[in-house]
Amino acid sequence: MTLAAFTGQVLSFIARLITGAQGHWKGCPPLAEQRIYIANHQSHFDLVLIWAAFPHELRAQTRAIAAKDYWTKSAFRRWLTTAVFNAIYVSRTRSSPDEDPLEPLAEALAAGDSLVIFPEGTRSAQGHPMPFKSGIFHLAEQFPHVPLIPTWIDNVQRVMPKGEVVPVPILCTVTFGAPLQLRPGESKADFLCRAREAVMEQRPDPAAVGRLAEAD
Amino acid sequence: MRWLQALTASEQVALLFVVLFGFLTLLTVGLFLNSLREREDEEARRASELTWERVRRDLRAAWIGGSMFWVAWISGPLGATLLFALFSFLALREFITLVHTQRSDHRTLIVAFFVLLPVQYMVCGTRFFDLFTVFLPVYGFLALPIVSALADDPRSFLERNAKIQWGVMVCVYGLSHAPALLLLDFPGYTGRGAFLLFFLVMVVAASQIAQEIATRTLRRRPVARRISRSFSMRAWWIGTLTGSAAGGLLFWITPFKIGQSLAMAFLTAAAAGFGGLVMKALKKDAGVRYWGNRSSITGAVGLLDRIAVLCFAAPVFFHSARWYFAGAAR
Repeated sequence: MTLAAFTGQVLSFIARLITGAQGHWKGCPPLAEQRIYIANHQSHFDLVLIWAAFPHELRAQTRAIAAKDYWTKSAFRRWLTTAVFNAIYVSRTRSSPDEDPLEPLAEALAAGDSLVIFPEGTRSAQGHPMPFKSGIFHLAEQFPHVPLIPTWIDNVQRVMPKGEVVPVPILCTVTFGAPLQLRPGESKADFLCRAREAVMEQRPDPAAVGRLAEAD
Repeated sequence: MRWLQALTASEQVALLFVVLFGFLTLLTVGLFLNSLREREDEEARRASELTWERVRRDLRAAWIGGSMFWVAWISGPLGATLLFALFSFLALREFITLVHTQRSDHRTLIVAFFVLLPVQYMVCGTRFFDLFTVFLPVYGFLALPIVSALADDPRSFLERNAKIQWGVMVCVYGLSHAPALLLLDFPGYTGRGAFLLFFLVMVVAASQIAQEIATRTLRRRPVARRISRSFSMRAWWIGTLTGSAAGGLLFWITPFKIGQSLAMAFLTAAAAGFGGLVMKALKKDAGVRYWGNRSSITGAVGLLDRIAVLCFAAPVFFHSARWYFAGAAR
């Protein structure tokens, strides 16, 4: 076992100890086929959590996205993102107007890898996710055969709220929904709206649980 | 009986485990063979399959409990403390997930998880029993609101603190008394702590099973129907008295006389029965039926359901036993 693989194991163990990191595959089985997972983004912990919720076999070929300016600053950060998480760097600022920020993602998809994308672009503090950025629409257009899996990460904002460093142990779940595909002729706005609703649908419903609780 | 007394303490404990696991093995094999029997018609087969499913879950819980107990014993003070500390951690994690803490509770929770819990078990492992009994109720419960106040959020301050203190009380303070029983060296009863824990577990198990059967067959008017539609005082009495009887019958494995053993078992079983009701009220408040409800917001594993009753009974039994020995030594 390499040091990177070992670090990965340790990180996923810590994530499991603190959050349980339970993956609920409600809409699709955990297959090792090519997929794009689109998830809500509430905390820095999200990526580790979703990664720990994957079965071991899926981790190697599922790649996350890291902001280039932040994650290449030091040798350690670069090692963590490339060796452990096998992440893809995306630059947040364009160096030239012709540069396509989605190009590295398209390359990875062409190579057969799966992706984890947080389409809101940044962390949302409120309960509802913010409107999705158009990146996933372009990817869905270029790669129509790759299914998009709507994913909801629940409770993680309680583990590590913005501005805190030490995580509090609270159970979290990651729910994977039924695959989504771009319909022929569907407009960008419609698709993004539909994708956002599909992600929100995966949120476990506390009210429904409360109703079941009546019987004793 | 004479040769039993001639054995050393650790040999007696080893024998206890041989008997326990032998009994569990016989029970498992018997029930398994029974489940294989041919049934005449479809309906009887379905019914037997359903019973087997339920029995298998209970059996698995009994095996896990028994193995835990054994591992706690063979691994000595350090292992027992670590094992129960881990269970406390998992139970508190589940509790806190369900009671919906606020953002401003973050620092308070860090203190509860990463300061109070480890210190309580460290005190337990090093056998400072005078500090052990007061550390959380005195120092811990005063420290938590201080940290909360420093977070600068007056909204439902009392309620937020009460939630966290309750979690610590049940999941950490209550449960830490189980390894304490293993570690407490009573004068004239050294190295036999496992028997006390065994006594506690048997009394609680007997009372819970009797109460469950009584609730199912009696169908009495519930005393607190909005909290539990099944809990009735008569079922509680049946459970408590069965637990006391079990304690009375087991008096010979404890240092107590038969009357004392009955009284202690009564207190323990009574606490366990009411403890179950209190946990139900907490669950109703949190809006879940089982702590381990699969479809719940969290996907909790249901550990609290299994140990909640023990969390109530263990401190009551521990302190009764401790007073008894303090009196006996005088």
